[in-house]
Amino acid sequence: MSGRAMRWDETLLPPLMALAIAAVVGDLLILAFGASPGHVFGLLFEGTWGNAYGFGQTLYKTTTLVCTGLAVAIPLRAGLFNIGAESQIAAGGFAAALAGLALPAGVPWPIAAVLCLLAAAIGGGLVAAVPGALRAKFGASEVIVTIMLNFIVLAFLNWVVAAKLHVPESLHTPEIATGGVPRFADFISIFHGSAANVTLFVALALAAKMWWYLFRTKQGYELRAVGLQPEAAENGGVSLGRTWFQAMLIGGAIAGAGGINYVLGYKHYYEEGFATGSGYIGIAVALVGRNHPVGIVFAALLFATLSQGGLAVNAVVPKQLMDVLQAVVILAVAVCVPEVRRVLRAAGGRAA
Amino acid sequence: MRKLLVVLGGLVLLHVALLFARPKGADASPATKRVRVGIVFDLGGRGDKSFNDGAYEGGERAIRELGADVTFIEPGEGSDREPGLRLLAAEGMDLVMGVGFIFTDDLNKLATEYPKTHFAGIDYAISTDSTGKVIPPPPNIAALKFREEEGSFLVGALAALAGGSKKLGFVGGMDSPLIRKFEAGYTAGVKHVCPDCEVIAQYAGVTPIAFRNPSRGKELALSQYQQGVKVIFHASGSTGLGVFEAARSMNALAIGVDADQFREAPGHVLTSMVKGIDAAVYDAIKRAQNGTFAGGIIGFGLAENGVGYVYDANNKAQIPDAVRAKVEALKAEIIAGKIKVPSTT
Repeated sequence: MSGRAMRWDETLLPPLMALAIAAVVGDLLILAFGASPGHVFGLLFEGTWGNAYGFGQTLYKTTTLVCTGLAVAIPLRAGLFNIGAESQIAAGGFAAALAGLALPAGVPWPIAAVLCLLAAAIGGGLVAAVPGALRAKFGASEVIVTIMLNFIVLAFLNWVVAAKLHVPESLHTPEIATGGVPRFADFISIFHGSAANVTLFVALALAAKMWWYLFRTKQGYELRAVGLQPEAAENGGVSLGRTWFQAMLIGGAIAGAGGINYVLGYKHYYEEGFATGSGYIGIAVALVGRNHPVGIVFAALLFATLSQGGLAVNAVVPKQLMDVLQAVVILAVAVCVPEVRRVLRAAGGRAA
Repeated sequence: MRKLLVVLGGLVLLHVALLFARPKGADASPATKRVRVGIVFDLGGRGDKSFNDGAYEGGERAIRELGADVTFIEPGEGSDREPGLRLLAAEGMDLVMGVGFIFTDDLNKLATEYPKTHFAGIDYAISTDSTGKVIPPPPNIAALKFREEEGSFLVGALAALAGGSKKLGFVGGMDSPLIRKFEAGYTAGVKHVCPDCEVIAQYAGVTPIAFRNPSRGKELALSQYQQGVKVIFHASGSTGLGVFEAARSMNALAIGVDADQFREAPGHVLTSMVKGIDAAVYDAIKRAQNGTFAGGIIGFGLAENGVGYVYDANNKAQIPDAVRAKVEALKAEIIAGKIKVPSTT
């Protein structure tokens, strides 16, 4: 990736093409439902980028999706499919809430927030370490192990919260004593009411760090080599098991860190199902972002817009329509990337 | 390259053209003085055959009969609940409702931010301070609370009178104060008409999954039937489907919950303890329309027809007239306040 010079047409055209296809398919879907596309897309824009509150909500969702997207992409670069971001982010959020509950209220919030972030990363990392270790030691399929762990971890967390920790007649833990981070609304009043908070910068920093790791460090190089051609990498002296374990661990830790967006930035407690579906959308984010940290940030923004927009247009068209539209985006990207590149290469070949 | 740009341009043009397409009947602008109501469902969403569907029916009825302008929102994940409510409140709706106790915190927050908007919460959780005193909800929230124990009392009495056994069964979903209310009322109803009867009460679990675990429901029900129980009352969501299955295979009886569940096992459903969520939603919308909406705790019990039991052509044959008369007498006594039904076990 990094060795070759970036070609702007190969980078920009496929996503633009995919978006155009998705927009037209969206129009047809909306028409099929009997609503007017102009009205629905107008509402979608108004509810996401059209006002500060909607934009704040979009940024809030972006934060979570950057983390789950990276959590899928890093293992995927090493050739592993991490389907477990769903439970890794839940475990991370839970660990952050536990840390926040355990710390005395007097601890200043920046210190507490860092400790909670560490706890979240450890929580998510622990969950991902299981499939990583099983893959490295016994060759167990990480796909099956992560899917199964989703059930186990989520059920376990539900049980702990329901049986031990919850506030009566609710599904959440008590509020954390300290560690809550400021929201954008605290500095810029037009964001009032939106959940966007400074953890967005944590997510962006993680994306930057991962770019550096993948493309500028020896370990990142080895990780990509293992993903591209495991036998060759092994012959070159790279330990497959160690690399796989490491990739899963990093992915899980980043997914776990995503949990602080809700726990530290929004509600200040862990609630069952606070990030339902974000682990699975993370797979789509990684695919659409082509496993590249920069692409993932933009893909997360796109899917966050669709998700928040889905809420804004829910009064006119059913929720399922936006789910279908998300799927259309994924398919369009999957088709456009190789197809556009093929056409461009062919054209380039003729010109030369 | 040029070919691709042409295709891209064509797609964009097509999209822009479609933006102006207006199918017949789309975006009819709503009449001005109709009451505007927004309802946000719980994550289960529509199709749960329980309270979300009940709320939907209530909203639909208000559209038909009151001409209300009702907007429904189905949040996709937990963090979408508050934004869903906020979207509706920001639009200046007259009444914004959250379906399910889980909306309690979100409603409290928004009610203080939008003091002029009416809010209503189904099963809204009333909090108490450290001394056990009730903390009233903000003045613009109507907490729609059902007295499930009253309906459960009647089906308990009915089961003891018509069931033909001194052992009665109860299967709860998640062990929680809400479901304990059902058990408490049921047991009290049984004991009221048959002091030496015994109630075997079991719960499917301690997590929300206990509301969607039919195989566990069947297991519990089978073991109860084998101990000599003839009638089981379930308050366990779709876990109850397993209870009905057990009733069918053991040729025994079960009692449904929330809605009339006769169709789940025709011939094996003695009755159902119904919870009138649709009526509560309709009632709240009606009050918002005619200006009599008031905040506070609004109870729905037997007196308000908020809870009750099913007696119709389907189960008439299983309930002797004498039993029916006795249960109706109990109902009148509860409404008159002569019987106090406990809400905790």
